[in-house]
Amino acid sequence: MNLTDFCKRSLFWVLFILALSGPLHAEETEARRILSKLILANSEEQQAVTEELYDHGDQIIKEVIEGWRIGEVSIFDQDGNPIALLKRGEDSYEEISSGNSFSGGSESKINRTSRKLRKKLRNVVDFLDLSSNDPNERIDAAMKLGLTQKPDYVEVLQERINRQKDPEVKEAFEVALNISLLKNSDPSQKLQAVKDLGESASFPARDFIEALRVEASESDDDGASDLKEACVVALEKIDSEQKRVEFYGSLLRGLSTGSVLLLVSYGLAITFGLMGVINMAHGEFIAIGGYTAYVVQGIFESTYGIGSTGYEWYFALALPASFFVAAFFGILLERGVIQFLYNRPLESLLATWGISMIIQQVIRLKFGAANVAVSSPQWLFGSYEFYRVSMSYNRLFLIAFALFVIIATWLLLNKTRRGLHIRATMQNRPMASSLGIKSSRVNMMTFAYGSGLAGLAGAFLSQIGNVGPSMGQTYIVDSFMVVVIGGVGNLLGAALSSLGIGVIDQGLQPLLGPVMGKITVLFAIILFLQLRPGGLFPARTRSLDD
Amino acid sequence: MIAALKPFKAKSEKITFLSILAALVVMLLLNTMVGEGSALHLPAYTLGNWGKYLCYAVLAMSLNMLWGYTGLLCLGQCLFFALGGYAFGMHLMLMTVDYGKVPEFMQFMGYLELPGYWYPFYNPFVAILAVMLVPGLVAFIFGFLAFRSRIKGVYFSILTQALTYAAAILFFRNETGFGGNNGFTNFKYLFGGDLRTVDATRWLFAASGILLLLVYWIIAWLLTTKFGKVQLAIRDSENRVRFSGYSTTHFKLFVFVLSAIVAGLAGALYVPQAGILNPSLMEPKIGLDIVVWVAVGGRGTKLGPIIGAVLVSALKSYTTSAYPDYWLIILGGLFVFVVLFMPDGIVGLTKKTWAKFRKKEVPA
Repeated sequence: MNLTDFCKRSLFWVLFILALSGPLHAEETEARRILSKLILANSEEQQAVTEELYDHGDQIIKEVIEGWRIGEVSIFDQDGNPIALLKRGEDSYEEISSGNSFSGGSESKINRTSRKLRKKLRNVVDFLDLSSNDPNERIDAAMKLGLTQKPDYVEVLQERINRQKDPEVKEAFEVALNISLLKNSDPSQKLQAVKDLGESASFPARDFIEALRVEASESDDDGASDLKEACVVALEKIDSEQKRVEFYGSLLRGLSTGSVLLLVSYGLAITFGLMGVINMAHGEFIAIGGYTAYVVQGIFESTYGIGSTGYEWYFALALPASFFVAAFFGILLERGVIQFLYNRPLESLLATWGISMIIQQVIRLKFGAANVAVSSPQWLFGSYEFYRVSMSYNRLFLIAFALFVIIATWLLLNKTRRGLHIRATMQNRPMASSLGIKSSRVNMMTFAYGSGLAGLAGAFLSQIGNVGPSMGQTYIVDSFMVVVIGGVGNLLGAALSSLGIGVIDQGLQPLLGPVMGKITVLFAIILFLQLRPGGLFPARTRSLDD
Repeated sequence: MIAALKPFKAKSEKITFLSILAALVVMLLLNTMVGEGSALHLPAYTLGNWGKYLCYAVLAMSLNMLWGYTGLLCLGQCLFFALGGYAFGMHLMLMTVDYGKVPEFMQFMGYLELPGYWYPFYNPFVAILAVMLVPGLVAFIFGFLAFRSRIKGVYFSILTQALTYAAAILFFRNETGFGGNNGFTNFKYLFGGDLRTVDATRWLFAASGILLLLVYWIIAWLLTTKFGKVQLAIRDSENRVRFSGYSTTHFKLFVFVLSAIVAGLAGALYVPQAGILNPSLMEPKIGLDIVVWVAVGGRGTKLGPIIGAVLVSALKSYTTSAYPDYWLIILGGLFVFVVLFMPDGIVGLTKKTWAKFRKKEVPA
């Protein structure tokens, strides 16, 4: 299938690029230029030039300033053009502005910082993280200073705040400063800081504002009531923001849980819903997928070595491999057992349960009873923050892939000749075969596809959970629920119900805890079936099923 | 005696019932009357094991009522068994400490006082009542909801599995208050007698045997009544029964509740014999094990579940000690083999072979 390949490939690229666009290593040249300018400037200008250093966090700044203090910085006069040098060793000098080594440095004049400047330079070095080139490091450093609420840092932050160009960094500086000010300023400033913090709905500030509110309600100074009121307003804003972030966070987690369910249950929706075969060994196909990912990882590890670029791409091969391995076992199962049990659903349930026990035990004997470790490739690490809601690439990829599976399956069933055959066979087996469709072949391929999807789900689960012999068991009850809720034989229903169950499950978990949440969902499902016994999209039929 | 055999119409059925009775009596006698030195002596340990097998057999019979005679495959029969066990286990746990004291396992969980709902269980007869009421009530509520919305066939099976799964994870929690993972253990006294003696083993074996015969008789009797006919008709074609004006919902609900009560009683007798009870008994896989017992022995036959439960359990206890790694593979293979090659189980196969041997029609 060309379409499948194309989609897969483009998805990988999108994610690959996303993963690459991390922090870029800025060059030191700008920092060196400023340093050189600073050393050569006259004492009036030096104050202003020092502040330019706040924009850079390169290690060279620290080296030069330390050197300047202990007399390792000198100025060489080259035909009227002064050049700033840093002594790197016995008779070895480096031109500060370029980093090139400089010969003849021994004739240069040692330059020392003026007393006035020293404190400011000390500041630059001590808070080098605050000027880091990586915006995230800057944010972290600023917050760290702010949260200590030490009076010394107020000035440090104030000096740098207006130099921040990145709006995100600037906001973090403001928040850090305001948190500091909550303790180290006069009442009117405090009031303003509380208001600002409420405006920016800063989570770390919550505890401090709460403390201030308690303090204000206990004191009877003028303005204490104003402050208290401002605190209450700010707290409300922060809390509602926190709720929003939590809501979207659990929505996202729910979607990704739903996507796992979807991948797991889509295979089941095909074998159970379309073919009417109860495959209790479905969970074991998930395990087969997971273990295939593990084996592929092992092969890549021994070929390319751990951590190498080649190794990073093992997952790209593990996905199709897990699909095909599981599909292969699916064919074996269909040919070996299930083909004799069409139209005997209860018997096929029992036989496949037996198969599932056998597969589990074989896995246990082969790979051991303990879980095996499957590592995530580098390009699925990390997370993307969107309006404070952090989304890990793992989960995003999972959701995207689930969407892809829905679309691919829909295309396969509705737009291809084979899909037509599948639908015809499922609707009326004797009629389809009398029209020349090899129904036993169609059965085999459909079952293989359903099993392959389970294998894919297993490969994904290896990224977000454990791979163990009984990993499939965890999902089997859930995925049957999904199919029943969705309406048997309806793939769209299965998609909607798995996402719905995932979201509800994740939404209830923080409120009720994992176990009670699960139980509530199970009972909700039983009650839901009271209202709609046929599921979301019941199959319409005029025949009596008996 | 003759009146008691009324539900068994055919001569062979009468013989079967009396053989079961005789076998049970002989086993008890081999333990009590034959001296320990004799080769025929049945050790108390073996008798205790057989007592457990008898409980399994009753459990299998309760499932057979549903699956074999009404066509409802319940994958959560183990839940009713375990609930019965827990209800009776509560009484047994209370008997391990003085009146009003908190049993040890609850002390570990930080209970300082006995919760109020435990007090009625000091009375063994209340406990026995609860053994029947609790599973019956659960079955009634679930069955009412399920049958009312006409959930049947595979869907019913899957939902019962989900039910027992939910119950298992609920009971695995420590907060639920029934001992979490560890469950109940170290039982000591029942009806004033010490459970750790040979006498207790014999009494429990006898009680299990009586329960088995009673359930056997009730099932046989039910089948001769009009109710039993409707029951079989529901299995064969539910819609036709419904069209004939019978509310199949009520019939199914009754059978479901009855089988849950029977399973609960079996569980109650099982617990003091096994000496331990924990939520792993409710796990979905146990529910399927019971189905295998019935399938191996012969679904829809009176004797089948007993044979299946005893044989498979004996096979299990032998294999898990001799070849622990291969037990699951053997059991799984058994599932597949029985489904593919012995759809009527051992009893069905024997009947067929017997009929062939005697060149007769296969009895229905």
